[in-house]
Amino acid sequence: MLPRVLSLGVRRGPLTRRPGTLRGGFSLDWEEKLSEIKKKIQSVLPGTSLHPLYDSSHLPPDHSDVVIVGGGVLGLSVAYWLKKLEKQRGALRVLVVERDLTYSQASSALSLGGIHQQFSLPENIHLSLFSASFLRNINEHLAVVDAPPLDLQFNPLGYLWLASEKDAAAMENNVKVQRQEGAKVCLMSPDQLRNKFPWINTEGVALASYGMEDEGWFDPWCLLQGLRRKVQSMGVLFCQGEVTRFVSSSDRMLTKNQKEVKLKRIYEVHVKMDNSVEYQPVECALVINAAGAWSAQIAALAGIGKGPPDTLQGTKLPVEPRKRYVYVWHCPQGPGLESPLVADTSGTYFRREGLGSNYLGGRSPTEEEEPDPENLEVDHDFFQDKVWPHLAQRVPAFETLKVQNAWAGYYDYNTFDQNGVVGPHPLVVNMFFATGFSGHGRQQAPGVGRAVAEMILEGRFQTINLDSFLFSRFYLGEKIQEDNII
Amino acid sequence: LSSPFSQSLRLVAPIGNRSTRGIHQLGGAVDPESSQKKRRTMLQYLSDHFYDVEFLRGYFLQNKMDKVHQKNRFRDKEWIRPDKYGHFSQEFWNFSEVPVEAVDASDCAINYEGLENLHLLKELQSLSLQRCPHMDDWCLSRLYPLADSLQELSLAGCPRISERGLACLHHLQNLRRLDISNLPSVSNPGLTQILVEEMLPNCKVVGVNLAEGLKLGPEEQPQDTDRPIPA
Repeated sequence: MLPRVLSLGVRRGPLTRRPGTLRGGFSLDWEEKLSEIKKKIQSVLPGTSLHPLYDSSHLPPDHSDVVIVGGGVLGLSVAYWLKKLEKQRGALRVLVVERDLTYSQASSALSLGGIHQQFSLPENIHLSLFSASFLRNINEHLAVVDAPPLDLQFNPLGYLWLASEKDAAAMENNVKVQRQEGAKVCLMSPDQLRNKFPWINTEGVALASYGMEDEGWFDPWCLLQGLRRKVQSMGVLFCQGEVTRFVSSSDRMLTKNQKEVKLKRIYEVHVKMDNSVEYQPVECALVINAAGAWSAQIAALAGIGKGPPDTLQGTKLPVEPRKRYVYVWHCPQGPGLESPLVADTSGTYFRREGLGSNYLGGRSPTEEEEPDPENLEVDHDFFQDKVWPHLAQRVPAFETLKVQNAWAGYYDYNTFDQNGVVGPHPLVVNMFFATGFSGHGRQQAPGVGRAVAEMILEGRFQTINLDSFLFSRFYLGEKIQEDNII
Repeated sequence: LSSPFSQSLRLVAPIGNRSTRGIHQLGGAVDPESSQKKRRTMLQYLSDHFYDVEFLRGYFLQNKMDKVHQKNRFRDKEWIRPDKYGHFSQEFWNFSEVPVEAVDASDCAINYEGLENLHLLKELQSLSLQRCPHMDDWCLSRLYPLADSLQELSLAGCPRISERGLACLHHLQNLRRLDISNLPSVSNPGLTQILVEEMLPNCKVVGVNLAEGLKLGPEEQPQDTDRPIPA
């Protein structure tokens, strides 16, 4: 006992004086003192961002459990499901970082707004069915106290896919898979097509598949605003800023074969404010990449793809922005009120809009004709040369039409296999992807959001199994090709 | 001296050491003596219960007529309604093979999942869904399986149905009468009626006063200034 008492006396405690303060002189170390005070306050009140000297209310908070990069429909859907499925109310702090809160370039707002279940992959069909039932009950899911109910303006007319001779067998197979998974799709021969829709010219069409239920189109802007409103009411913080840097810590580990693997963990996200150099380092536990067409840049910031090619470190996220045009035209003699969204054999598609004989449509360009995704300028010659001839050939009434309006938007195009990327990255352990859906992201957003939230909260996919959508397929080379993409 | 009943019993249930005789008897090698006995016992039985053969024939005929009447008892009758407590009669369960011709679900809180029950009614001719508060466009897209038989449909007064839902009624090619009066969510009732009439040429569409759409001056619609695309 005596040695212990002696050792207590000899060891320096917190109350011993520093050298140099014995004779009363002091060293003014203002910065250090201030950071000490701040640390003390923060240890007493953890989680508050206290800056005693300057106003930081326009900056995002200092800490956040989950940082979602990208505030489009996929990012908001992940935020919604995270907050809905968390075990205790207020357990997760979620921050959504969006570069442009006016959504002027967001694919979610500029899209055509269609939803269909006519895919060739069962996972895509399940995602669409889930999203259709979410949209049907949207006022129960996204209800906010004292706010008016959402009117999605859903038009249940379905999609009509036309197939030529060489695609007919594939289409029949796909319809069999779709029916098995529960989608209500019927096959039509050219004669039945002519009976039902007399305005179609069935030359070159061998088979058509028509969705009867849960398919159609709706207003994507309304869905976006509804999600935003609900998510804000659930306590998710929004921030207008750009992610410029990820600070991560790494861990070297050895695999079974004694090969070295470097696992990274992002612990800080630098969010830069608009039109200034000011940035805020946000300490985080998880980062979700839902940045749509710009996901590859975010992934590159995290160091994904920096390494020798053909290794896991060197596999980049193969999502690029691709520009797609949508044209609005007026044709008084066009197809009637019952026309579905028709997707032609040539890749052209159109649908009716409203009661006034206006139609929306476009065409996916082939690989050689890809326009430059630098800006969102519309190329009207594309309509004249590439879209109108096919339209006029399929629907003779469209030979006389007048283009009223046009706009362009980005697809977050997955150059590997045009299907989404969902789930964690194998090396950057706390980055989750929810991007790359190449044009059908918005119609699958509720399902994908739920899948990512389940992956985070439970550790595995529960409702819909999206194991084949993980990032590792890019390295392993396993393509899951989806045929019905427009 | 065996009683007639034990004789018949032996014919039907061969047990134990009588099995060989039982098989012979069942196999058709029936000795004539026992069958005569059987006929005699049945004749005895009948003559005990019926006065004469004509009476018996009358009895069988009456049975058959009763069966036919039972099958057609709803032919010219009115609707099956609930009583004043809102309950349907328990006898209703016996009529499961009778095809349903008309359903009146007015003011009923039927929704999307409930409409699935109507898919089984393959001979439904008339459906009335007036003033149903939960009927909306999604629900109308569920009516297509009734296309072969449905002739009359009434959607008057449903607050959530818009012209987008009315467009998917084009599957119902046998429709002869469609009532779309008083739909508050339809934006332009006159134009909608014309387009629906074009869509269903054999159908008589009622309910909209065409002069209603004509107003004296244009009405300003509030613009949603947040949209990147003009609506």
